[in-house]
Amino acid sequence: MEKMTAPPPNMAASPLPPPDPCFVLRGAQSAVHALHFFGGAQGQVHPLLLSGSLSGLVHIWSLQTRRAVATLDGHGGQCVTWLQTLPQGRQLLSQGRDLKLCLWDLAEGRNTVVDSVPLESMGFCRSSILAGGQERWMLAMPGRGNDEVQILEMPSKTSVCTLKPEADAKPGMPMCLELWQADSSPRPLLLAGYEDGSVALWDVSERKVCSRVACHTEPVMGFDFDSQKARGVSGSAEKALAVWSLDEQQALQMCRTHELTNPGIADVKIRPDRKILATAGWDHRVRVFHWRTMKPLAVLSFHSATIHCVAFATDGLLAAGSGDQRISIWSLYPISTDSSTPLLGHTEGGELPEVPGPWSLHFLHKAGFLS
Amino acid sequence: MGSSCPEVSQPRPRTACRTGPRRPCRISGGIAAAGRPGARGETPGPSGGSVAVSPESPMDSRMDPAVSAVRLTVREAVHTLSSSEDGDRILSTLGSLKRYLGGAENPALPGEQEEFARMHFSALLRCLVGRLSPAWLELLPGGQLEAPWASFFLEGPADQAFLVLMESIEGMAGPSFRLMKMVQLLAQFLGAGRVAAVMESQCWQLAEPAFPLLQETLLAKLVGLPDHLGNRLQRENLAAFLPQNYFPLLGEELLRVLQAVVDSLRDGWDCSISFLSQVLGKACVHGRQKEILGVLVPQLMALTQGNCLWQRVCWRLVECVPDRAMEALLTGLVEAASGPEVLSRLLGNLVMKSKKARFVMTRKILFLQYRYSTPMLQSLLGYLAMDSQRRPLLVQALKELLETWGSSSAIRHAPLPQQRYVSKAVLICLANLREAELRDSRDELLASLMAGVKSRLDSSLPAVRRLGMIVAEVASARIHPEGPPLRFQYEDDELSRELLALVAAQPVADSPSEASPAVAPVAAEAPDRGSTEGGGVPAQAEGAGSDLDSDDDLVPYDMSGDQELKSSKAPAYLRDCVEALTSSEDWERWEAALQAVEGLIVRSPAATREVSVELAKVLLHLEEKTSVVGFEVLRQRALVAVVVTDPAPVAEYLTSQFYAINFSLRQRMDILDVLTLAAQELSRPGRLPKAAQVGSPSPASPSSSTEAPAWRVVVEERIRNKTRRFSQGSARRGPDAGPNEFSLVAGWFFFPLIQHFDRPLVTFDLLGEDQLVLGRLAHTLGAMMYLAVNTTVAVPMGKALLEFVWTLRFHGDAYVRQGLLSAVSAVLLSVPTARLLTDLPDELLEAGPWLADVAEQDSDEDCRVLAVKALLLLEKLKDTLLPLTPP
Repeated sequence: MEKMTAPPPNMAASPLPPPDPCFVLRGAQSAVHALHFFGGAQGQVHPLLLSGSLSGLVHIWSLQTRRAVATLDGHGGQCVTWLQTLPQGRQLLSQGRDLKLCLWDLAEGRNTVVDSVPLESMGFCRSSILAGGQERWMLAMPGRGNDEVQILEMPSKTSVCTLKPEADAKPGMPMCLELWQADSSPRPLLLAGYEDGSVALWDVSERKVCSRVACHTEPVMGFDFDSQKARGVSGSAEKALAVWSLDEQQALQMCRTHELTNPGIADVKIRPDRKILATAGWDHRVRVFHWRTMKPLAVLSFHSATIHCVAFATDGLLAAGSGDQRISIWSLYPISTDSSTPLLGHTEGGELPEVPGPWSLHFLHKAGFLS
Repeated sequence: MGSSCPEVSQPRPRTACRTGPRRPCRISGGIAAAGRPGARGETPGPSGGSVAVSPESPMDSRMDPAVSAVRLTVREAVHTLSSSEDGDRILSTLGSLKRYLGGAENPALPGEQEEFARMHFSALLRCLVGRLSPAWLELLPGGQLEAPWASFFLEGPADQAFLVLMESIEGMAGPSFRLMKMVQLLAQFLGAGRVAAVMESQCWQLAEPAFPLLQETLLAKLVGLPDHLGNRLQRENLAAFLPQNYFPLLGEELLRVLQAVVDSLRDGWDCSISFLSQVLGKACVHGRQKEILGVLVPQLMALTQGNCLWQRVCWRLVECVPDRAMEALLTGLVEAASGPEVLSRLLGNLVMKSKKARFVMTRKILFLQYRYSTPMLQSLLGYLAMDSQRRPLLVQALKELLETWGSSSAIRHAPLPQQRYVSKAVLICLANLREAELRDSRDELLASLMAGVKSRLDSSLPAVRRLGMIVAEVASARIHPEGPPLRFQYEDDELSRELLALVAAQPVADSPSEASPAVAPVAAEAPDRGSTEGGGVPAQAEGAGSDLDSDDDLVPYDMSGDQELKSSKAPAYLRDCVEALTSSEDWERWEAALQAVEGLIVRSPAATREVSVELAKVLLHLEEKTSVVGFEVLRQRALVAVVVTDPAPVAEYLTSQFYAINFSLRQRMDILDVLTLAAQELSRPGRLPKAAQVGSPSPASPSSSTEAPAWRVVVEERIRNKTRRFSQGSARRGPDAGPNEFSLVAGWFFFPLIQHFDRPLVTFDLLGEDQLVLGRLAHTLGAMMYLAVNTTVAVPMGKALLEFVWTLRFHGDAYVRQGLLSAVSAVLLSVPTARLLTDLPDELLEAGPWLADVAEQDSDEDCRVLAVKALLLLEKLKDTLLPLTPP
């Protein structure tokens, strides 16, 4: 991985020229709509990158050989919009526009669908999970009604509840979801971005909206939440990023907005070390901001079509998937190795068993053959 | 008689040396030359005292009894020498004659010695030469005769001995014992430093009626010695007589004589150094500046340092050089001197005294020749600048230089190296002149500068334009420092750096204390300010960040590229694109359309063909309405893509527009460029498969095209099975062959362009002042000719092109000529040999002498090179012809 690190930005008087991608993964053969890093924690040899494409395929890329080591086809040619691995076992959740959530078993080189959950919403809303390492985990996904969110307990697929906004709220469809749990209390909370540009905090067990704040005038396309700082950032179809925070009384408040050059943000991700965040722009560019100050740090222009998704690996690697069928991998502002800052939870790689199992060995072996 | 000599009688104090001598060839010492300037220590040999002709030599003493006595003795001795075979007698006779040379035990009276030297010495020497033979030398054993015989030559009056030696060597026929003896004797003569004595003898003839003939002969023999000896001895020549050895020796001897002259001047004796000047001048005229000045200049440089007597002698030495040798000497001196100070010390105010020297220094070296190096120019112009008397000359030189620099005729006809040379001279002049001096003649200078800039920028040769820009920038800043600075956009290269260094290297000497502080603070401040501006802002930002978090070290990258995206406005279809380019008032859309048009053309050739001419028209008339980055390139590439997609109609349209009325030169040249690029693209081998892949997704073609490889594979497989191969190794495949696509349409490109060049329009006159376009046209036609290689249309194209070349061959513009010459080469390369000989013999026959003429005489170096290349191709053609011709 040494080769991939960009030259460290120094204190030179003139700004450094914009960086180039470390490398580019080609071969998805259709627009890339979902990205997810897998592994790459300490002890893990190399992380893998999962990508979901418009043609319904999920590619598994080895970042060492920079080639696809496996391809999963389970969505009948419909776009894959969301990918998520489960902390326990080697299971992958993929959401497709064929109205199916598939649960894949990837252990020991298998790639079979072990279970699937039917979706009842045709929207673009990505689901979310809350898994604490136990056997049971929680899944939030768009529900049957236009503005509903459904909570399931997995793997039993029993419906816990349906979160339906009050009749006079009319927030429109949910656009993006995030289940989380505050450190202080065990009650699961759900953050949901809605079509009318508002972000709402749901108390799942009480099925009511704790707080709601209007962040945008256009639908919220993506957000990410830093539970430690209780701050989140969201992007929408409009020309600004919104930063909001959650106070002690669980009330959402707008902090600030950040103007962008071009409208349209498809995805927002905060790096696990909470230093920087990246946005996927409709203007073909990835923007990198300082998370605390929201100071713009870099504009990464490489792609020639809308960027649909960005993802960070635990080691700081940034991936961006675009409509031009390419995935660009960037290495910016290397993560300092001091362990004082706990990592954000949305990449489960950190919680994987530390000893590389036969699973990853198998892939690497296969990759060696493929290359 | 000596005391009555007017030139030497004035007693003068030592300081008089500053005022300089009164007569051109004479240097007066302090004290009247009443006595013989003999017995000086440094002159070697016994003859040192017996100077051939002394100032008081008695002209009226012919009837002196001593004279007749000498005559008698000599006659007797000569008789004995010429007839006697008795060795002892000869020896004693020689001994008795030796008395007259002085230095023996009982020397003859001075009067007798002089008489002997004046009247009889040469005759005696000739007699001695005549007697020389092996038998004669054997008359006494052990070579007893040889030493006394030789001593007459080595110790007697040097000039006569030298003349006799040379005369006898030249007079002898064929290699012989006598010749070899004489040659050895001459070498001995040179080795003994007698050449100095020869020259010195000519320095003391102040009162003598000059012997012009004698001096002339001596001069010729002295300087021509290597030639004479070389001719006489051919291969047996001795090393000492080779010019590379002889002239340094001559230089050293000259220096010794000069030393003697200086010493005698210091002692108060007058002397003349005109002979020395003549020797020096003649040696230089013979082209031996390097050898002789290489010895002289370093020594003189050291000797003249702080010694005004030596300086005077040196100035005199140069002044007395005859006019016809002045140029050779001065160029040699300028070359050998290591800087303006040295030159000034060696030459003094020569340019003010000698017209010839002034002509050489201020005109010939500057305007008529250009082979000298930049340091030479610097020391020459620096020399002019070093004295207030000479500075007007420098101003004058600058005026004339600028006038030449700016003269349009000179720009057209002078070779490029000379223009560069003149430019350098201008810059050096400017560096040497003070502001006040420049101010006095500012109007004149500015006028010629501006005229020059104009005609230089008009030139079609980039090098000439660039010279114009560099010199104009520097010169305008120096001549008119208050005015707005002139700035051109030219790229930094070796030439520009060299030229700018000429000005920068020599800070004007008038007020260094004033200039340097003015410059220094600015220079010192600028980086300071830069660093605070560059470094301060991030530091501040850093500081703001560190209020919150101290370990924050995320430095932003350059985000200047983050501009608004316009791709959303880019049209997706070609017709939309055309519409957007013609009628859109939405500039973002217009820009997006411009950026998208090439891609659209390439992606959809069929759609392009429907609107190709219209599109070409739109693109051709497109004006840069907003400052799009790379507008020219975008437009050009789009046009090329249109031409490549639909060659015939678009080329027809473009060529017709080339001769249409309402176009700017820029547009016409764009047309030519586009046509050339399109022709290149069309003729590129291997273009077709790619074009098919990109262009037509027609499903019909694969069925037929896959079949052919199928049977070929089968056949090749069979062949491989039945063939036994002895060598292993992969069968190599050459690049895929394909038809030259340009061949179908070359005519559309070529002939319309070549047809109308001689019909001037109101706005466009190719044969008149639009020669830049004509040059471009010639180049374009040549390129098309070259790209039409292996096509059937190449022959008529070649014929037309050679006719075109023939009508324009004496064009005044070098760029046009270059185009014509490359067109000739293209014809020779592209038209098949056989067709050249059958279809174009007359044209080629005519072109040969013209090419030879250009190769020899053209003022432009590139033209000469191109002509030589074309000639070589022509020669090659003849070589292929020769085996074909029946014997």
